[in-house]
Amino acid sequence: MIKTFKKGGVHPHENKISRNAALEQLIPEGIIRIFLSQHIGAPAECIVAKGDKIKTGQLIAKANGFVSANVHSSVSGTVLGIENIADYQGIKKPAICIQVEGDEWEESIDRSDEINRDLSKTSEDILAKITEAGLVGLGGATFPTHVKLTVPKGKTAKAIIINGAECEPYLTSDHRVMLEHGEELLIGVQLLKKAVNVDKAYIGIETNKQDAIDNLKKIAEKYSGIEIVSLKPKYPQGGEKQLIKSITGLEVPDRALPIETGCIVSNICTTFAVYEAVQKNKPLFENSVTITGKNLKAQKNFIVRVGTPLSQLINATGGMPENTGKIISGGPMMGRAISNLEAPTLKGSGAVLFIASDEARRGTKSNCIRCSKCVSACPMGLQPFLLYKLAELNMLEELKDNSVHACIECGCCLYTCPANLPLVDYIRLGKTRAMKHIVKPK
Amino acid sequence: MDSTILTAVIMLGVLAVVLAAVLYIVAQKFKVVEDERIDGTESILPGANCGGCGYTGCRAFAETLVKTDDISGMFCPVGGNAIMTKIAEYLNKTIESKDSETAVVRCAGSCENRQRINEFDGATSCAVMAATYSGDTDCPYGCLGKGDCVSVCNFGAIYINSTTMLPEVDEDKCTACGSCVKACPKLIIELRKKGPKSRRIYVSCINKDKGAVARKACKVACIGCAACRKACTFESIIIENFLAYIDPNKCRLCRKCVEVCPTGSITELNFPPRKPKIEVQEQKQDNVNSETITN
Repeated sequence: MIKTFKKGGVHPHENKISRNAALEQLIPEGIIRIFLSQHIGAPAECIVAKGDKIKTGQLIAKANGFVSANVHSSVSGTVLGIENIADYQGIKKPAICIQVEGDEWEESIDRSDEINRDLSKTSEDILAKITEAGLVGLGGATFPTHVKLTVPKGKTAKAIIINGAECEPYLTSDHRVMLEHGEELLIGVQLLKKAVNVDKAYIGIETNKQDAIDNLKKIAEKYSGIEIVSLKPKYPQGGEKQLIKSITGLEVPDRALPIETGCIVSNICTTFAVYEAVQKNKPLFENSVTITGKNLKAQKNFIVRVGTPLSQLINATGGMPENTGKIISGGPMMGRAISNLEAPTLKGSGAVLFIASDEARRGTKSNCIRCSKCVSACPMGLQPFLLYKLAELNMLEELKDNSVHACIECGCCLYTCPANLPLVDYIRLGKTRAMKHIVKPK
Repeated sequence: MDSTILTAVIMLGVLAVVLAAVLYIVAQKFKVVEDERIDGTESILPGANCGGCGYTGCRAFAETLVKTDDISGMFCPVGGNAIMTKIAEYLNKTIESKDSETAVVRCAGSCENRQRINEFDGATSCAVMAATYSGDTDCPYGCLGKGDCVSVCNFGAIYINSTTMLPEVDEDKCTACGSCVKACPKLIIELRKKGPKSRRIYVSCINKDKGAVARKACKVACIGCAACRKACTFESIIIENFLAYIDPNKCRLCRKCVEVCPTGSITELNFPPRKPKIEVQEQKQDNVNSETITN
């Protein structure tokens, strides 16, 4: 049976043009820069000094607090120091700069291609390995994985849900991992199950990736308690709350975490990273990135080291197409435009998308005609047209009354709006302002 | 027929008298005693309801002025000293006179001085733009030019110059209510003393990057070279984070800093144009000539 969630959602043209490009390693050259803040929460604390010789996979910054994650070097070479580096959006943040010299890995990392099927590790061991490896959610939010796997007191986990929906148009990196590293992925799922002591796991995959579904179903016969669920393609199925609804039919209550429904959701790439961290002793310093765009010379799915300058990724695909109008980090729906091409990649960078200039612009803005298309499209059951107006007028109390906190910023409303109103722009602003308002009443 | 009309008129008349009496008694019993001076004060206030005083409109400010004994800290920026003195006389209280202020835009990064490296396609709002990324130039501190300050101004005193794409303040209209200062997400606008004959000197840059970085992003950026601090004889210039700030309370408007600034990031306003020395002499001669002729 093909499942999906009921409320709202849209289905943009899929454009998965890079789906057949196999994963390729990309080794950076020159100077790479690794941000101390690769995740949500406190930035990591640097533990290397200028002039230090480091190896690939060596710990270079330590987690600073519980909601934080370790950062490891993605290359071997010499530390040049800490500098303030502009990120994709041009905002300067401290980063460790490393001169790349060869590619010598830490001895503790198992670099063989052999699949390690040993599942004897205890739950504590697995969690400790995940914490040590600095794993964060690679779906985009980069929330530290060990925090997610720590079930709060009084709550019980019942199932692990693996997010293989990849509902954003263009993106294919999860798809490639499912095809090329199916068995490792399922071992990762077994490890996650063990880490939180549950015996049921679901992998939700949209039917536009039928080959991945077939591949994983075949391998899953060997492992107990893993169910592959086919999902009807619909955006934003990869949203945590939407995915839980699609697979289990349970609704995550307002203002609550998914654990209320007994589900822990993890991304495909994160699960693969769990396998590598626990079975191969390999910390998180590289991840799969889709480089795509209709006018690119070559569509690529790269395994990219964290901190590689964006310009090197572009060069590796044959240079930037001439008529590029916009470059986006992430998918076209939720991704953010990139203003700095020298910026280094992050742990959570999942894609770089080139949009041609004729498709890059938004339509001309006109007036809201109260057609309520945005209301029908909102997967959270909000009224985007109202929130937009309230945010524009800075009416914070009313924004709170209309549950602006529940907005997941998926962009369905903006996609569907016939008046081309900048709905998400303002709702996001209003949300930040209203949330600050809650914390610090004037 | 006649008697029916008569009865109705009498009945309604009696009813009107009784109800009037009831209304009068109720009005007397529940009378709200309000200080007459509140109305008086409100009529003196300009009635702009801009909130520049910190209260919600002129009525609320008038109420506070009447109720509070010590009103020395309160000030109506729109009315200025003239109105405040009137109010003080009316209420028999003392006020502190304040120098009149005006908003200044501390960014001179026009299209010519600061190259645009990308274009923002989102909502036309500085707040949205600032929340999204660092801006459409290399300077992450500078003006975004989407006009949030223009849309909040109740007096039409600020507008975007179409050639420089920077906001400009019409100081005759500016009341220093401070709404643009609050609206600017980059904190570029500052309220400064209007100064004698509206003459002002200020650093029109808030870039806190190192000199080389700032200069690369914008031709007229403050590079923190401290030449102005050395030139200043009144110690009115503070340099912090590679950025100069002129303290308006110490500045004597001598304009030495403007002359030494290598990037031209110090702005002088409303000064008579400087005459090069040679020209001055020529003009003097001209004057002499004209005098001789008239004589």
